[in-house]
Amino acid sequence: MTIQHKMIEARPAPKSTVGPLAWLRANLFSGPVNTVFTLLGLYLLYLLLVPTIEWAFIDADWIGTTRDDCSREGACWVFVKARLGQFIYGLYPRDEIWRVNLTFGVFAVLIAWLMIPRLPFKRWVAAATLLVFPIFAFFLLYGGSFGLPLVQTHRWGGLMLTLVLAVVGMVGALPIGIVLALGRRSQMPIVKSFCVVFIEFWRGVPLITVLFMASVMLPLFMPTGVSVDRLIRAFIGITLFQSAYMAEVIRGGLQAIPRGQEEAAAALGMSYWLRMGLIVLPQALKMMIPGIVNTFISLFKDTTLVMIIGLFDLLGIVQAALSDSRWLGFSLEGYVFAAFMFWIFCFSMSRYSQYLERKLHTGHKR
Amino acid sequence: MNEQATQAGNAAPMVEMRGVNKWYGDFHVLRDIDLEVRRGERIVICGPSGSGKSTLIRCINHLEEHQAGEIVVGGVPLTQDVKRIEQVRRSVGMVFQHFNLFPHLTVLENCCLAQTWVQKKPRREAERLAMQYLERVKIAEQARKYPGQLSGGQQQRVAIARSLCLHPEVMLFDEPTSALDPEMIKEVLDVMVELAEEGMTMLCVTHEMGFAKTVADRVIFMDQGQIIEENAPEPFFNNPQSERTQLFLSQILGH
Repeated sequence: MTIQHKMIEARPAPKSTVGPLAWLRANLFSGPVNTVFTLLGLYLLYLLLVPTIEWAFIDADWIGTTRDDCSREGACWVFVKARLGQFIYGLYPRDEIWRVNLTFGVFAVLIAWLMIPRLPFKRWVAAATLLVFPIFAFFLLYGGSFGLPLVQTHRWGGLMLTLVLAVVGMVGALPIGIVLALGRRSQMPIVKSFCVVFIEFWRGVPLITVLFMASVMLPLFMPTGVSVDRLIRAFIGITLFQSAYMAEVIRGGLQAIPRGQEEAAAALGMSYWLRMGLIVLPQALKMMIPGIVNTFISLFKDTTLVMIIGLFDLLGIVQAALSDSRWLGFSLEGYVFAAFMFWIFCFSMSRYSQYLERKLHTGHKR
Repeated sequence: MNEQATQAGNAAPMVEMRGVNKWYGDFHVLRDIDLEVRRGERIVICGPSGSGKSTLIRCINHLEEHQAGEIVVGGVPLTQDVKRIEQVRRSVGMVFQHFNLFPHLTVLENCCLAQTWVQKKPRREAERLAMQYLERVKIAEQARKYPGQLSGGQQQRVAIARSLCLHPEVMLFDEPTSALDPEMIKEVLDVMVELAEEGMTMLCVTHEMGFAKTVADRVIFMDQGQIIEENAPEPFFNNPQSERTQLFLSQILGH
């Protein structure tokens, strides 16, 4: 029999197991094989990084306005600089660019407001973002009223078009996806089969086909004289396509919520919409953040496909600029720039979703 | 509430089940159930697992749908009509085996949610009432915590308070202590005993025979979807009539 009367004080861990050196030893040099792999890895990294950095920064040309200013061996960023306006705004009239800036400025403020936890009136800002902002953005970007000159959608392009497509797609696809996911779980046979057919149809067709159909086939079915704007057709195609994917992601989340949650809400006398809106969906959406953001990211990148129906998104306009006879031979710079812009947006979405997941985790321990 | 309950005691029964039958697919889970519960009456339902006792009480607030027979709760017959079902559910409180608190809301919000959204009470009034009931189940100091931060016994007491906030006329308990560690069973049972003493109409599915002996007006034994025996606790435990009841009691009281 043992009886311990003295409490043991906490002691610091041995020196050799804490600190950066210990970390290195444990993770990179923990044995001869690992040491060899670490050194090999470092060497490969060296082979890859040094030329890249030399090309992109050290040997690159930054200053100038024409291709003659690109005399060095590295990248010619002069090309990107000269075309930057077009890459960002497309063919939007130069004098009206402030409208695009204002729209995205307001959007950035609203989104930042929603993302920073400390700011008040979240509900009102969210409502404004979802309900007021789209109308505001439409009148500002498209114009034609309030004394603003009309800017036809075929002049929209570049990063601005990519963002418009992506934001409209996301804002449209999420609610439609939620409704479809709920419908697919419905007890009502007609609602259920409609949702199943809808989801399976859009998921079974490549987006490129959807866009083709929207731009080539749709006008054939329209009565003569009626034409739907090309951009709107792209909006509809992308939104419906992504909402089908979104529906499946959300359905997965709904299935993960224990049945007891809905039963408890029902036992309290809550109606179907209250049970869904207050109990099931908030929990499911929280759980589904990685899946939803994943869908958003793929949507963001899929917007490049509008190229094939003659809309010039960021990638499309970069590609168009490459065939400019004054700037032939700078395709690498153009594509690197486009890839970098896409990466910035997708990476920030991914980081924000990770932050959200950590933040919302609190209530989820059962 | 106590007086109300005794005054109405002789009037129409609180819950009435007549010839209730239910099937899960081909499986006949409830067979010709006839049951009448008076206001203020405390009933304990026991029986082996799979005997249909949970299904029985879940039919009372229509979490399960019966296919034949009639169920009347507080004078309102249960049909397919959603409005009627919701009306019945508002007067019937339910406590589950696995608590089923809403993990994304705090304890206080759990208690206020149905008050503000179903009963449309102002937020402040709902919170006041919620705190009052949380105090009664001795857990008011945890009001700002999330369910995941509480022990099982504490969660179950919150679940009871959450139901009471809607002033139910009947409380259904579906094995409320089965998922609890032994040292937490008592704190939940104490709350239930207190509730019984105040005259709440209660239907409890439970294996706590001590609880049945002290508070029940009637004990019902079910097996294979039927009510086998129904009696006051004293004769039920001391002098069970049916063989199956005797076997069941010897099994659960034996150890």
